[in-house]
Amino acid sequence: MKGMLTGLLTWTDARFPLSKLWNEHLAKYYAPKNFNFWYFFGSLALLMLVIQIVSGIWLTMFYKPSAAEAFASVEYIMREVPMGWFIRYMHSTGASFFFLVVYLHMFRGLMYGSYKNPRELLWVIGMLIYLCMMVEGFFGYLLPWGQMSYWGAQVIISLFGALPFGIGEPLTLWIRGDYVVADATLNRFFALHVAAVPLALLALVGAHVMALHEVGSNNPDGIEIKKNKDANGIPMDGIPFHPYYTVKDIWGVAVCLILFAAVLFFAPTFFGYFIEQPNFVPANPLKTPEHIAPVWYFTPYYAILRAIPDKLTGVILMFASVLVFFILPWLDRNPIKSIRYRGTLFRLLLGSFVVVFIVLGYLGTQAPTAGGSELGFRLGEIYFSFFLIMWLYTKERTASFNYTVLGIVAVLFLFFDVIRFDSEKATLILTSSVLVIGYYVVFVLGSMYTKLNEPKPVPERVT
Amino acid sequence: MSTDVDAGRRRFLTASVTVVGGAAAVGTVVPFVAAWQPSERARAIGAPIEVDISKLEPGGMVTAKWRGQPVWIVNRTPEILEALPGIDDRLRDPESTQDQQPDYARNEVRSIKPEILVLIGICTHLGCSPSYIKQDEAPLGTGWPGGFFCPCHGSKFDYAGRVYAGVPAPTNLVVPPHQYVSDTRILIGADGGSA
Repeated sequence: MKGMLTGLLTWTDARFPLSKLWNEHLAKYYAPKNFNFWYFFGSLALLMLVIQIVSGIWLTMFYKPSAAEAFASVEYIMREVPMGWFIRYMHSTGASFFFLVVYLHMFRGLMYGSYKNPRELLWVIGMLIYLCMMVEGFFGYLLPWGQMSYWGAQVIISLFGALPFGIGEPLTLWIRGDYVVADATLNRFFALHVAAVPLALLALVGAHVMALHEVGSNNPDGIEIKKNKDANGIPMDGIPFHPYYTVKDIWGVAVCLILFAAVLFFAPTFFGYFIEQPNFVPANPLKTPEHIAPVWYFTPYYAILRAIPDKLTGVILMFASVLVFFILPWLDRNPIKSIRYRGTLFRLLLGSFVVVFIVLGYLGTQAPTAGGSELGFRLGEIYFSFFLIMWLYTKERTASFNYTVLGIVAVLFLFFDVIRFDSEKATLILTSSVLVIGYYVVFVLGSMYTKLNEPKPVPERVT
Repeated sequence: MSTDVDAGRRRFLTASVTVVGGAAAVGTVVPFVAAWQPSERARAIGAPIEVDISKLEPGGMVTAKWRGQPVWIVNRTPEILEALPGIDDRLRDPESTQDQQPDYARNEVRSIKPEILVLIGICTHLGCSPSYIKQDEAPLGTGWPGGFFCPCHGSKFDYAGRVYAGVPAPTNLVVPPHQYVSDTRILIGADGGSA
């Protein structure tokens, strides 16, 4: 029996690089031995992709992509298709889990400098995957044809209407294929959601893994293990991905699936965060729900859009807040990769960015208020300031350089406050400016007059 | 067979094939892009509609559907009309200078008959449909002179659909082309070509 299998493998290998692929990507792919908790999320993202594809294929077997039938066909899946509710909730929960996992995966990259030389392209491909996921999530959210589906799509498509030179309105008409979001819109979004974007996503994921295995994995110490190789050319701090990390990742998969099942069975709408309540009402083009918010994974950007009292600027800055991640490898060029050796201020900087992202996300789910918009505006300023400070921290800067940057920022932000000034909100604008001033005092003056930004020595080998 | 390579000829052939092939590729994209335009059917459904306003009480509003969009018809009371100029300084475009209405509605009250206001009920910010909120009503409460409030991003419009300053919406609400067929019937979507 064994002889036969070996024979079959030899026969295959002569015709298809089966053993070669297995070795290159698993058995002889040497990953750093010091992976920690944060390294679960790459493989978990792959798991979520598979869950979405499989559950999605099954949903297309019962769903009807037409304005007249879509809402009823989702009800049909939920109530009459055997185990239909399970497949549908798997898909809706899966979407949120996919984003959660990817956000944690991206945070890992920020912590350990996984976007830096030689992994810039790996990061850019990853960002393309993230963009595809956002597009995919947006198209998918229209399909149930509920109130939130409908008005969410209406709002997002209208974003393009802000484009100047008379291209905005014709462009939104072209995207919708009708004067409002209608049957034509639903039909094309369905095609894009089930065929076009998933194909792009799969290709990009393939490219992401290939790029990773070409440059090799980063690790919590941010040290290149390929610099220390033994006589056989194998990194001394590397261990074969299979079986070591396949076993570790299977453990992660088990824990993740327990949490996934808990949500799927006990809180599939997750208190209105995974599926919003108004989406249980069929789409009505004549009546906007009391309060429109996108699903949680878009809300940080949405809060930035909403906080800016000018349509075109708001739209530009919202897209910029996503796209700025693309150029991160060229903004932060500090040679030290890992947060472990970058000093206290960097930890605070990254920590505050996470807080800002989460608070913006919360604001984006809430109804608009004057105070909320003002806070959103300030946090938006801090959001972009994070990238500025990352660039500033690239190397030791002279005092005059730091003060010049501070001066430019002060003039720019003061300018924003002057043009949006409103006597009714004067106190609010003045009070909230403390947030931004405090931010710059800590991160710019802090790096100049304290030792908090001093790096620690990076060890030769991983710890 | 000659082993000499005519580099110039090869370059020319490569360049011409690239240009011709590229043009063909661009041409092929045209039908794919064109297919996304509104179909003939969608255009036909965009035809004008007639609305009967004989039962519309003073202060009341009816919503009609034209091109799939809500069209509001509001019967404004004399008090509302009197109060309109009083808030001019809080508006972004009180004179309706921007092209958001046909010429016959480019006046103080943005309508043909002063009391009857016809508007497309879609916020000029991101396309939500604002709510009709009368004077001092929730959620805007005391001090609100009445008008329209968009729940999505907090844009405010007065009783003539004019946008307030300092809100996300950039322009006044759109007045669609319309005309009176009789005293109590309005045709929405056509105005005999005077617009």
